[in-house]
Amino acid sequence: MAQPVSSNGKYVLEVKNLSVFYGDFEAVTNVNLNIERNKITAIIGPSGCGKSTLLRALNRMNELVPGTGVSGEVLFNGQNLYASHVDPVEVRYRIGMVFQKPNPFPKSIYENIAWGARIHGYKGNMDELVEFSLRQAALWEEVKDKLDQSGLALSGGQQQRLCIARALAVQPQVILMDEPASSLDPLATLKIEELMHELKKNYTIVIVTHNMQQAARASDYTAMMMLNGGETRSGTMIEFNQTSIIFTRPKDKRTEGYVTGRFG
Amino acid sequence: MATLNNGYRASKPDLRRRPRLSETIIQSLLFLAGFLSIFTTIGIVYELGKEALLFFQTPEVNLLAFLTSTQWQPHINKFGILPLVNATLMTTAMAMLIAIPLGLGVAIYLSEYASTRVRNLLKPILEVLAGIPTIVYGYFALTFMTPLLRSIFGRDVVEIYNTASAGLVMGILILPLITSMTEDALNAVPHSLRAAAYGLGATKLEVAVKIVLPAAISGIAAAVIVGLSRAIGETMIVAVAAGAGPNFTLNPFKGAETMTGHIVRISGGDLSYDSIDYNSIFAIGLLLFFITLTLNILSQQIVRRFREVYE
Repeated sequence: MAQPVSSNGKYVLEVKNLSVFYGDFEAVTNVNLNIERNKITAIIGPSGCGKSTLLRALNRMNELVPGTGVSGEVLFNGQNLYASHVDPVEVRYRIGMVFQKPNPFPKSIYENIAWGARIHGYKGNMDELVEFSLRQAALWEEVKDKLDQSGLALSGGQQQRLCIARALAVQPQVILMDEPASSLDPLATLKIEELMHELKKNYTIVIVTHNMQQAARASDYTAMMMLNGGETRSGTMIEFNQTSIIFTRPKDKRTEGYVTGRFG
Repeated sequence: MATLNNGYRASKPDLRRRPRLSETIIQSLLFLAGFLSIFTTIGIVYELGKEALLFFQTPEVNLLAFLTSTQWQPHINKFGILPLVNATLMTTAMAMLIAIPLGLGVAIYLSEYASTRVRNLLKPILEVLAGIPTIVYGYFALTFMTPLLRSIFGRDVVEIYNTASAGLVMGILILPLITSMTEDALNAVPHSLRAAAYGLGATKLEVAVKIVLPAAISGIAAAVIVGLSRAIGETMIVAVAAGAGPNFTLNPFKGAETMTGHIVRISGGDLSYDSIDYNSIFAIGLLLFFITLTLNILSQQIVRRFREVYE
């Protein structure tokens, strides 16, 4: 039988000794990280240090690339996501994802929201769910009169909020965001950040970002990643703490260098 | 240090246009190539039209009867094209019945499920299928498919020459075409859409059928229409296996001559030039040309729409 699951522990996700491989190449080495419930955790670090790889390992999206493998554990409410009996489809249902580039389906705005709920057999009132999700994503007022128009007709920022609404519609516990604002202008970015702040009342958010001001403004905790100096060029987490501490009194010299903009 | 100005032309720039012979030659050759293909098309249409006009000008022929009569019996001056059109539509329908579901299935498998290894194995095999001469397919229909149908449905039900056999084998012929165009359409669907669907907790089947397939639908429609024109114009298989002799029947197990099959038989026979019979094949050819032209224009329209989706 399934292990007892506590869904009100302090940590939604507990990453234990996690390494991620692409074939023989070890992209991420030995990460230990606890993701606190109803908080925003940011993962920062220079390009190519494995931030996205780590994020994708949290809901097994990395498996879509052939040849990926992991060692270690990711506990979701105490349950190891990589246990042999766990279905990645169920994992992604509970741990949703928002991508770097807005990727609405080439369907209507309504269908974009309803699609995920429908494949999971949602029995409630679909109209209500669509409105609820769009309201949560702060998009309802802008699109309520054109729900039957293509999601692709929206602006970039609106598309990204549509993608957030789409993720919310299947009511996950955790939302992983992979540089969700990197292709947006500053105003749209600000909107996404405000939105994240609202969402953390009901969801746990893990966000990868290149933008250090964004991490400083929006997140509660920050994980700093960096390539380890060795010949393998593998990424690892070098520091994790409350965001305010990471940005003001980091313990690691490399973190300090990065957050103050001396390199990266 | 030495200056570098000695390798170039005079330091005072000369902006006058100079003749570039090679450019001119290449441009003319390219224009000639383009002109030649257009000229050929015009020539073919002209020739078809001219001879077809001769046919329609004969007092024994009238256009209405040509398009609506179900009797094609040149020896008693009955020129109703419907038996030929009907046979063409029957073999084509049969071919599409095989090629569409199978082609879609193979394409979805190749693009969404198959590992790189399987794909690298399967695609060349399909290409071999596309490279087999159609006459070989014709005899495959006659000597394999027909006996097979006869053993399944009974020798007294299935005639030796029949449209079912020709149609089914034609389906196999078209399969690689539809598969490869459909696979291209599926591959053109951005990976980000698949990722989005997987991220919502969709299964592989849900992603393939409910996201990728609808997103590629116009490309798939184009593939089907190209396959359709190919089937309508296909000649050798039907000439060998579908039967010789215009026959208006909806029974796929009976022999019936298609438009292309009829043209082949008449043009290969010893008909005198300028007889009505001889001229009639140009009229059939012209109609065939219009049908495939319409389908091609239709497919171009659809492909154009397809391109707009991911702009």
